[in-house]
Amino acid sequence: MIHRHKPEILVTGAGGSLAQYVINLLKRDYHIVLVDFRRRVQLEEGMSSYRVEYNKRGFEDIFRKHKIEAVVHLGRMGLYESTHRNRYNHNVLGTQRLLDLCHKYQVQKVVVLSTYYVYGASPYNPALLTEEAPLKASELTMDLVDSVELENLANIYLWKYPELNITILRPCNIVGPGVLNSISLLLSSKVAPVLMGFSPMMQFIHVEDTAQAVVLAFEQNKPGVYNVATDDWVSYQEAVSLCGCKRMPIPSIPEGLPKLISKRLNWKGWPAYLLNYYKYPVIVDGSLFNKTFGFKPRRSLDDVFSYYREKKEMGIL
Amino acid sequence: MSVRDRLKRWLVSERTEQVVDKIPKPVGSFGYDPWGYNRDVVKIAVSVMRPIYEKYFRVEAHGLENIPAQGRVLLISNHSGQLPIDGSLVSYALATNPIHPRAVRVMVERWVPTIPFVGNIFNEMGAVLGDPENCSKMLRNEEAIVVFPEGVRGSGKTWDKRYKLQRFGLGFMHLAITENAPIVPVAVVGCEETMPTPFHLKGLSRLLGMPYLPVTTPVPLPAKVRVYFGKPMEFSGPITSEDQVAAKVETVKQEINRLIETGLQQRNGWFE
Repeated sequence: MIHRHKPEILVTGAGGSLAQYVINLLKRDYHIVLVDFRRRVQLEEGMSSYRVEYNKRGFEDIFRKHKIEAVVHLGRMGLYESTHRNRYNHNVLGTQRLLDLCHKYQVQKVVVLSTYYVYGASPYNPALLTEEAPLKASELTMDLVDSVELENLANIYLWKYPELNITILRPCNIVGPGVLNSISLLLSSKVAPVLMGFSPMMQFIHVEDTAQAVVLAFEQNKPGVYNVATDDWVSYQEAVSLCGCKRMPIPSIPEGLPKLISKRLNWKGWPAYLLNYYKYPVIVDGSLFNKTFGFKPRRSLDDVFSYYREKKEMGIL
Repeated sequence: MSVRDRLKRWLVSERTEQVVDKIPKPVGSFGYDPWGYNRDVVKIAVSVMRPIYEKYFRVEAHGLENIPAQGRVLLISNHSGQLPIDGSLVSYALATNPIHPRAVRVMVERWVPTIPFVGNIFNEMGAVLGDPENCSKMLRNEEAIVVFPEGVRGSGKTWDKRYKLQRFGLGFMHLAITENAPIVPVAVVGCEETMPTPFHLKGLSRLLGMPYLPVTTPVPLPAKVRVYFGKPMEFSGPITSEDQVAAKVETVKQEINRLIETGLQQRNGWFE
C-alpha cells in the first residue's frame, strides 16, 4: 500500500458548523490541523487539534510543529459573543498575527472568510453591490469595526505579500444546520422581531454551499476579493414567516425606539447594532465568484427555509 | 394568510393575472428581483390602478408602439403634479401595453426608502432608489427605466410654471451613452391640473425635512391625462465634455416639449 504525503492545512474556527463542512470536503486530500479559540475540537482520529488564541505566543508552535502549506481562516468571534473591544483583539489583531505567521512560515495559500456586513446597511445602497463598493459598516456602528478592519488587513497583506495568495470571501447570510450566527439564531426562534414598515430584501446561502465555495476558492487559488451569494432574493418579513417564526412588529419610529427595545430585551439574533440590516437592503452581486470559480449553489431558498420550519414543527429548534 | 395574499385574492382578477404574467420579467423563486420588485404586488398595484387610470384620470396613451419589446431603454419624462402620479400612470400604461407589456422601473428620491411602509411598497411595485449605479445595473439587466430629469424641480412646480420644463439633470444622458440604451421621450399632459399649486410652505417643509409642501387641493382633481411616447432616440459617445452632454440633453428636452405641445393642442380643457 502506497502512503501518499498529504499537504498540511490549518483550519481556524474548527468548532464552527461551516468549518466542519469544509473539513469534510478537504480531509481526503489534506492533513488538517484544527484550531479553535473556544475549545479543542476532535473530529476524527489522526487530525491534529489545538485550542489556542491566535494572538497568543503559543499559536506559533503550531507552525513550528507542522509544515502548514495553506490556511483556511474561518475563526471569528461572532457579533453577539463578546464586546467589540474583545472582538477587535481576536478578529483583527489575531488575524494580523495569523497572517504574519503565514508570511514567516511561507504559507502558499490563505482563504479568509469575511462577511457581507462590511458593506453596511444604508437607505442609499444600490442593489447588487460589487466587490469595489465602499465598506461603510464602520460608519454606521462601532460594533462592526472589527469586520471592516479584518477585511482591510487581509487586503493589505493581499497586495503586500502576493506570495500568500490571499482570497477574501464575503458571503451573504450563512444559514442552515448548526450555524449559530445572528440571522440563524433569529430564524431558529419562534418569534422574530420585524420593524414596522420595513422589510428589506435579503440573500441567504446554505452552509453546505458556503463550504463548497470556500473549498473552490481554496483549490483553485485565484487571489482576490469575492462576494459569495445566491441569485435569489426574498424580503426579510417573508423569510421569517417561511421559517415558521411568528412576526413581532416593533415600532420603527422614532429611530431610537427599536434600538432601545433591542437593548432592553437583549436579543442575540436582533442586536441593536444590526437593526439597519433589518431595515435597509444589502444585496451583493456574487457573479464574479460564480464566473471565476464555476460556483453554482445547490440548495434553494426553499431548502433553507424548510430546514428551520420543519425543525421547529418537530420541536427541535 | 399574509396581507398580500388576502389583497391578491380580493383585488386581482384573472384578467390582471394574465396581463402581469405576460410581462417578460425574470424573478427569483419567491417572485422577487434584487431590487425588491414583486410580481404579486405588481398584480395588486395594477388592480388598484385600473379604475384610477381608466375611470378617474381617463388616461389616453399614444405611441405605445415606440416602446421596444425587450432590452434596455430609458423613458425620459416631464414631471408634474406634486405627487408621483405621473410615474404610476406611465408604469401602468407600459405594464398593460397590449402590444408588448414591460415592467417599468421608476427612480425615486433618496429620502423615499427611509419612509416606513412607503419605501417598501414602492420597491415591491418596481420603484428603485435614483442612484446612477442602480440605474446602470438595471440597464445591464435589460430593464425599462423611467427617469424624471427635472426631479423635485418638476414635480413641485407651482401653477405659474405649468408645462414649462425645468432644468434637466445630465445623468440620464451619461447612462444612455455608457450603457448604450435608447431613450424614449415621454410627455405627460394633464397631471399639472391634478393638483394646482399656487405656492409652497417653504419654512414648514424645511422643518419637516420634506423637499416641498404644496398648498393645493386635498385630493388630486380628475383631470384627463394624456401620455405621449415619442420615437426612440439613440446617442453615442465618446463623451468629451459636459457641454456636449448638455447639448444632447437639450435635444431630448426639445422633443419632450414638442410632445407636450401636441398634447396641449389636442385637448379641449382640463377635464375633456
